[in-house]
Amino acid sequence: MLIFEHSKRGLHKRDTAELKGIPANMRRAEPAKLPEVSELQAVRHFTRLSTRNFSIDTHFYPLGSCTMKYNPRVANSIALMPEFAGRHPLAPEKFSQGFLGCMYELQEMLCEVTGMKGFSLAPMAGAQGEFAGIAMIRAYHDANGDHERREILVPDAAHGTNPATATMCGYTVKEIPTLANGDVNLEALEAAIGPQTAGLMLTNPSTLGVFERQIQKIAKMIHQAGGLLYYDGANLNAILGKIRPGDMGFDVIHSNLHKTFATPHGGGGPGSGAIGVSARLIPFMPIAGVIKDEGQGKELYRWANKTDYPQSIGHLSAFFGNPGVLIRAYVYMRLLGRDGMSRVSEFSTLNANYMMAEMKKAGFQAAIPDRFASHEFIITLKKQAKELHVTAMDFAKRLLDLGYHAPTTYFPLLVPECLLIEPTETESKEDLDGFIKAMVQIQQEAENNPEIVTTAPHTMPVKRLDEVRAAKQLDLSWTVTQAS
Amino acid sequence: MPFIPHTENEINAMLESIGVKQIDDLFGEVPKELRAGELTKIPHGLSEMQMTQLMTERGAQDGRPVCFIGAGAYDHYVPAAVWQITTRGEFYTAYTPYQAEASQGTLQLIYEFQSMMTTLTGMDVSNASVYDGASSLAEAILMSVRANRKSKSKRILVPRNVNPTYRSATHTLVNGQNIELIDVPYDADTGCINLDALKAFEGEDFAAVVIQQPNFFGSLEDVDAITDWAHANNALVIGIVNPLAMSILKPAGQWGEAGADIACGDGQPLGAPLSSGGPYYGIMTCKKALVRQMPGRIVGRTVDEDGKEGFVLTLQAREQHIRRSKATSNICTNQGLVVTASTIHMSILGAAGLENAASQSHLNTASLVEKVCAIEGVEKVFNSASFHETVIKLNKPAKAVLDAMTNENIIGGFDLADNYPELGDAILVCATEQRTEKQIDQYVGALTKALSEV
Repeated sequence: MLIFEHSKRGLHKRDTAELKGIPANMRRAEPAKLPEVSELQAVRHFTRLSTRNFSIDTHFYPLGSCTMKYNPRVANSIALMPEFAGRHPLAPEKFSQGFLGCMYELQEMLCEVTGMKGFSLAPMAGAQGEFAGIAMIRAYHDANGDHERREILVPDAAHGTNPATATMCGYTVKEIPTLANGDVNLEALEAAIGPQTAGLMLTNPSTLGVFERQIQKIAKMIHQAGGLLYYDGANLNAILGKIRPGDMGFDVIHSNLHKTFATPHGGGGPGSGAIGVSARLIPFMPIAGVIKDEGQGKELYRWANKTDYPQSIGHLSAFFGNPGVLIRAYVYMRLLGRDGMSRVSEFSTLNANYMMAEMKKAGFQAAIPDRFASHEFIITLKKQAKELHVTAMDFAKRLLDLGYHAPTTYFPLLVPECLLIEPTETESKEDLDGFIKAMVQIQQEAENNPEIVTTAPHTMPVKRLDEVRAAKQLDLSWTVTQAS
Repeated sequence: MPFIPHTENEINAMLESIGVKQIDDLFGEVPKELRAGELTKIPHGLSEMQMTQLMTERGAQDGRPVCFIGAGAYDHYVPAAVWQITTRGEFYTAYTPYQAEASQGTLQLIYEFQSMMTTLTGMDVSNASVYDGASSLAEAILMSVRANRKSKSKRILVPRNVNPTYRSATHTLVNGQNIELIDVPYDADTGCINLDALKAFEGEDFAAVVIQQPNFFGSLEDVDAITDWAHANNALVIGIVNPLAMSILKPAGQWGEAGADIACGDGQPLGAPLSSGGPYYGIMTCKKALVRQMPGRIVGRTVDEDGKEGFVLTLQAREQHIRRSKATSNICTNQGLVVTASTIHMSILGAAGLENAASQSHLNTASLVEKVCAIEGVEKVFNSASFHETVIKLNKPAKAVLDAMTNENIIGGFDLADNYPELGDAILVCATEQRTEKQIDQYVGALTKALSEV
């Protein structure tokens, strides 16, 4: 039932003060058709809705490339303290030193753990971090009078945001093929590089769940051609504290704080895509980061502005990114401390490799079976699809019945019938074993009673939904129901 | 080990299963010279208790000044239930609802959100949000260039009284696609856009005209006249709206003869805490003819195999994970959790609750302005009607006056000097429904004192 269907007219009372200051022709003629319900009705409705969700707090959620790890509760309670939640973005520095100090330290910690020279906290999501990074690459080339570089290279295994971002920045995209072992095809890369190359966007470890071993060589090739290297930080969890993008030769990176640094995914955001840069890109950083002015024995923190970075690519948001997310990431990083950072990558890698080993033993086919996995790995179900007519999507839906959120399906696009599985470091062996057992059960069902798999899920609030109808007979809001 | 649940025995069993001796062996493919040393600039870990103590201290350092500043973020009351329900783990720790059957809670909520946004703005369709008000303007502009079939232009008319950081962020975000933002001057007496200013652009080709209602100065634009002018000149109309104001002002879908084509803005006034500037969310609504040009997630109602009602992400062929370099936008993650809060907020308040908050904010600001304008050397700058913000001019340096007011624990307003030097010592003030009469009087006292001391 929709909240609107609980509504009863006349329940809520309006203040009757006359608004003399607002001319009648500018006023609303009829009230908005929002629901009129009691507070209890609203609380009950949304509490019930919440129970129709899988979440990290309720289920193992091995969604590859999304890093669904535990989100410590204390980060939330601190972010919602009135001093932080109630702070106006334009509050004078006098009322801001505690908060800005945290932000400054966050930048410093991010620089240290990624090996970059500067960090801007401005981007509000990974995709905006990508945008900022590529815009900076463009600004850098423009500042050098290097206007002929119009092309961004992107491996075919990349996230869809990479090519979409390059287009938004006015670049054309050239895809670089990947070898069967997961490494970038260097010959194809060599052939693609030229005076038109502005840069390369790379995720390492890649979305295929392996470490790009030739990264130093790739960095050299790109740099020699005058291009810059962009690091997509979606998989930073795999190398946190152990390997630093800056040391690999990257010029600019974004870090999804809602992945690696445990801020909540919130049903699809808010995120934060803080970006780090090498020394040569510092002048182009977006507004804002926090600056510490020192003098007369006093430290003063303040947001950077255009005067500090005259060549900055500019603002990305109305204020300063998503500070409520940044505070949560700051709390998480301070709880972990320097030793906790590398434990993240160690145990996320241990969990992924253990799962891959056990699933191989159980008869599943790994996409890249002969290499160590990073923090995630890919199972391909093309054999099941061909022989049993049970697809990766069917496995995914049946997993829901067995109490597990499905892994990422059909991504990366180059592996047929794939499941991209990322357990994260916060899952116990017991939970990993439970998932593997469920996969084995589904395999047996697929062999003996495939219909139970191909018609799954059976225990969710709804069965498989008619997506074609959703797209053809658009019903996007309660009041407007139209067929297109 | 914080948040890592492995025992020594389990670790050994796992390593044995993999066939390696130690965890470090799993990183064997990484060239040795790439291995990081100790991260000496990161402090050692703190316990939860130590962390809470530290942050209590940091919070206390900033205090809780009384806020009379708006400029795009507004100090409205949020019922306690809103964030208590929002931060239930099932909402807080879920991800984008790709597995629809296991995400009906989030999906239905977004559908309800879309319904609330369309009724509030008077538009046909809404998406599930973009990042914030500034990025919603950038996305709306990109959308208008794609959608306007009558225009071949990539030029957009953007009044100078549109939020200045919206304008600069939009410039950053659309610059790469060769879109040109053309300034439209505001009228010096009203602070608003009048038709004379627009007439200078007649006969030229523009993809869209932007109108902010209320504008950055808090003044109310003649949205009907501007909308009709834009349509007569083959340009689309992009309305930047304050969604709380929409509860009492003419909704964007009803502006002029045909209504605005796209309405965007910042959702912060509907249940998002100020939180130093975010997370908020960007509103993105449009006429139904434009829905396929809309960026971001959209939820549709459909049925399952048994004919039972359910909700899914729809029209995904627009998006980056399908269309890659040809997508409508690179947006992926949006602001789901804040949208959740906002939907609960609107449900608890209802239209009447929003109208009450909007009206009281209007009245409080009017009362504040009346009282401060009685002080010698303080006057209203514009003679137009306003919603809940107003520009006032001081006879002393604005920056020094605002600094002095901080000594009374008051944030006195937004200094317009950087963005509008032509206005002199002018500040933008706002008193939301949360400001009490006593606080307004304290403001008057603090301003009087500051003016005499500076």
